[in-house]
Amino acid sequence: MLVLEDVNASYGSVVALWGVSIRVGEGEMVGLIGANGAGKTTVLSTIAGVLRPARGTITFGGESIVGESPEDIVRKGIALVPEGRRIFPGLTVEENLRLGAATRSDRLGIQQGIDEMYQRFPILGERLHSSAGTLSGGEQQQLAIARALMCRPKLLMLDEPSLGLAPKLVGDVFDLVAELQDTGVTILLVEQNVAKTLQIVDRAYLMRTGRIVAEGPAYELREAVDIKSAYLGAE
Amino acid sequence: MEWADFAELLIAAVSLGSIYALMALGLVLVFGILRLINFAYGEFIMIGGYAMWWLQRLEFGIPWGFVALFAVVVAIVTALALERVAFRQVRASHGPPINLLLTSFACSAVLQSLVMVLISPRSKGILYPPLVSADLTLGPLRIAAFDIMAIIVGGISLVGLTILLRKTFLGICLRAAADDFTMTRLLGVQADRVIAAAFAISGALAGISSVLYFARIGLVRPDTGLGPVIIAFFATVVGGIESLAGAVVGGFLLGFLTIGLQVVLPTSLLAYRDAFTFLIVIIVLLFRPQGLVPGRHIREVR
Repeated sequence: MLVLEDVNASYGSVVALWGVSIRVGEGEMVGLIGANGAGKTTVLSTIAGVLRPARGTITFGGESIVGESPEDIVRKGIALVPEGRRIFPGLTVEENLRLGAATRSDRLGIQQGIDEMYQRFPILGERLHSSAGTLSGGEQQQLAIARALMCRPKLLMLDEPSLGLAPKLVGDVFDLVAELQDTGVTILLVEQNVAKTLQIVDRAYLMRTGRIVAEGPAYELREAVDIKSAYLGAE
Repeated sequence: MEWADFAELLIAAVSLGSIYALMALGLVLVFGILRLINFAYGEFIMIGGYAMWWLQRLEFGIPWGFVALFAVVVAIVTALALERVAFRQVRASHGPPINLLLTSFACSAVLQSLVMVLISPRSKGILYPPLVSADLTLGPLRIAAFDIMAIIVGGISLVGLTILLRKTFLGICLRAAADDFTMTRLLGVQADRVIAAAFAISGALAGISSVLYFARIGLVRPDTGLGPVIIAFFATVVGGIESLAGAVVGGFLLGFLTIGLQVVLPTSLLAYRDAFTFLIVIIVLLFRPQGLVPGRHIREVR
């Protein structure tokens, strides 16, 4: 469904991605793991259209999405839950969700979607008229995911959903992401928490300093010794 | 001072404050989303004035409501044109933010020059219906009909803007864009449309302000825009640039200061009233640089 071939990307003159190739099949949950600064967020930013690759191709459902604006890429069916959640603190929970459905025009469907989110995330239903800035970290994470789901994406990309959350909530988030796969959404999960990620994903790519250094089915990577060295930066 | 005098002054202050608040709102709306102080904003007001003059000159006896509406429409069109022709290209070039600020100065100069060349460098007069200069008597109070008008227009505009921002989908998009513009785009909201909408509303507020502003001075010149944009800028900054409420508070503060100083200053210093007004603003900023109304939350750093 999503194919990156030999992608280079840079921030100004600093090259952040070198020859990155990733494939995500329909219905799969693929992990992108690595230490801080490995380039994982850069990969998501490039797919989402925030960054333009200097080289390489990105195709989604067979068509190239290189050079498309972020707004158009969302319309094609790719939703991003960015690092740090980035919910809108000045808007209420409900308004955040409505904005998630910005690409849709079916009012009835949107309302149904919102009601579904309240069922799936009861805490959001309780606080629907509260300002989103008053939510706790874990609640904001749920809101960010619910908001991304509102556009009924084909591919959901999550950037470090467990970052900054208390240990108990970390477990909850991973359970939540694992459940999402059952609804038929294809998931690309970026995470620093290697152990938990490898428990729920089908396949994973390991990144270090802008390159893919290992890939394979989750059970294979779990065995590999390389994970630790790549993660901790030891050679 | 008798209470009647005080009441009259209060009404005058609220009236002036309403006009200044409208001006400040138009400026801060674009700032919230683009982080840009649009210094061409004064020219929207100036062009609103010229629009009124032009329509009156064209056709004598047009109902005045129509003239006012025309001013608002022309201001909106000017704002949208500027966004499309100037600001959008500069945004697309992904240069440093200061380019947008310089563009606004350039647009301001261009608009003034256009008016000077196409119309005239000399002042033009704008006619207002006699009702505007009338006084009403309410017991011991003498109130200018214009002040009542300004307060009502200001109030309706404020309510209208609040409804737009809180109850419509466009309003949600605008508020979200002010919180986190990139994230709004990542949800599929078209950046260009949001910005155009912000400029259009800014133009509308400028147009309404111009109708009220020129009632007080009756003349428009190519450089008339400078006064309003400075007032709007100061009102925004002292009120708190992070919030619309701040702009309103700042506008009313400047209105009250202006009227208050008019009364308090000795005659010899009256000519320096504006200097004193802005001096007080500077003092406020020394103690509270973020403005009087605090921003609600930490914003995305751009």
